[in-house]
Amino acid sequence: MTETTFTPPTRFAIPGRIAVTHQGANVWQTATLTEIRRETPRAATFRFAVPAWVGHVPGQHLQLRLTAEDGYSAQRHYSLASAPDDSGHIELTLDHVEGGEVSGWFHSEARPGDRVEVRGPVSGFFAWPGDRPALLIGAGSGVVPLMSMVRHHRARGLGVPLRLLVSARSPEELIYAREYGAETTPVFTRSAPPGTPVGRMTAAHLEPVLAEGPPGGWEAYVCGSNAFAEHASRLLVAAGQPVDRIRIERFG
Amino acid sequence: MNVTRGFTGRPRVHRPGLPPGQYDAGDDWPVLSAEVTPDLAPADWTFRVDGLVEEPRTWSWEQAHALPGSVYEGDIHCVTSWSKFGVRFGGVSVDTFLAAVRPLPTATHAVAYSHTGYTTNLPLTDLTGGKAWIAFSYDGRPLAPEHGGPARLLVPHLYFWKSAKWVAGLKLLDHDEPGFWEQNGYHARGNPWEEQRYSGD
Ligand SMILES: Cc1cc2nc3c(=O)[nH]c(=O)nc-3n(C[C@H](O)[C@H](O)[C@H](O)COP(=O)(O)OP(=O)(O)OC[C@H]3O[C@@H](n4cnc5c(N)ncnc54)[C@H](O)[C@@H]3O)c2cc1C
Repeated sequence: MTETTFTPPTRFAIPGRIAVTHQGANVWQTATLTEIRRETPRAATFRFAVPAWVGHVPGQHLQLRLTAEDGYSAQRHYSLASAPDDSGHIELTLDHVEGGEVSGWFHSEARPGDRVEVRGPVSGFFAWPGDRPALLIGAGSGVVPLMSMVRHHRARGLGVPLRLLVSARSPEELIYAREYGAETTPVFTRSAPPGTPVGRMTAAHLEPVLAEGPPGGWEAYVCGSNAFAEHASRLLVAAGQPVDRIRIERFG
Repeated sequence: MNVTRGFTGRPRVHRPGLPPGQYDAGDDWPVLSAEVTPDLAPADWTFRVDGLVEEPRTWSWEQAHALPGSVYEGDIHCVTSWSKFGVRFGGVSVDTFLAAVRPLPTATHAVAYSHTGYTTNLPLTDLTGGKAWIAFSYDGRPLAPEHGGPARLLVPHLYFWKSAKWVAGLKLLDHDEPGFWEQNGYHARGNPWEEQRYSGD
């Protein structure tokens, strides 16, 4: 059937979809761990060889599965941290969740050579193809999919404006701290370097960026815990960002 | 089978009612909507059923609450792998709304849509026969905005993305029309017992 899909008559509006491939979405592939890099005391980056990876758009995530001897398996979603490239490798950055079944295995047990299964990429909603000015707002490991966008922006030398506001408890807990450039403003909620205020993200952090207002406006991408996503998206709406230009990825 | 070296996983608890690949989230109730939680007061909420029906209708908050109430007690399952046991939602059965509008014999599917513009598609048979609700309360209290309040669709036998938050209406169709996540690669039906997560599963 070729009918256009139904657009409901509603008061609020959800952002439109972004065209992505769903080719890899239902094929489990082996991913071989090749490298582990510590990012913070609680987070590390895991690099995998996935020779048949179909490629992703920055912001997308995958499904990851660990299987025990008796066939029991656990699956979770993880955002792609690496920019799309043709290296046949992908990177994920995982927080060590207290008592976490999957992140616990990665942080306590995993070593190069280990094999897990992944499928994806999935979801085109929280994806940034590099075609529009993007205002990225993340907290904790919520910065992971946003970093894929920043890396993509750099790798391709894209001219389209990109800003990142990233919230962390302290400088020690700021994931990818050494990689940020002029596009990034960190916000520290518990302790900060001398001269930097301590406190949660406020309207004052957003105002200068929203005031820049690139032609056509920003597409906002918000990622983190649900509490952070609610907080940041409310700040954006209050500051005048249209709701249909706010994309949210909640890590649950 | 691709065994992961050194992975044992949590102690196996045989949990009847836990679909394959799911885990019990206990008291947690993660929130996974992709849009801004709308500022929607009950007075501004409406629910419409139209499309292939004899008599399209829109209910206000008061009118919907005047309908006979119905409760769902059971489990819910999210495609991101958590399940939640023994939840209790109060609302009105979708059957009650459909009885008022009288679906045409040609109606086979529906698109449920939200006040945010979110959409999801369902075969009509998944919405009828006491399997679906418009829910106003959770655990005896008004449904929280981040969980879809003031009112959400509840179709607990399918993955929870089918249970559209901030539900605004149902449009009955004679064909299946992919909704928001379904256009984004998710399965058209989403039956957790068959692990229909992604299109092609
Ligand atoms: C789209 C998406 C993208 C994501 N991207 C990332 C990412 O890039 N990086 C990242 O770090 N995370 C990401 N997450 C979160 C990730 O999917 C996992 O939720 C996270 O890693 C925790 O999984 P786990 O198995 O380690 O913990 P779980 O075992 O799921 O435990 C989580 C918490 O619940 C408790 N718990 C759960 N079940 C039980 C049980 N049966 N008994 C006792 N306690 C229990 C645990 O103690 C723990 O506190 C993402 C989530 C989504 C939805």
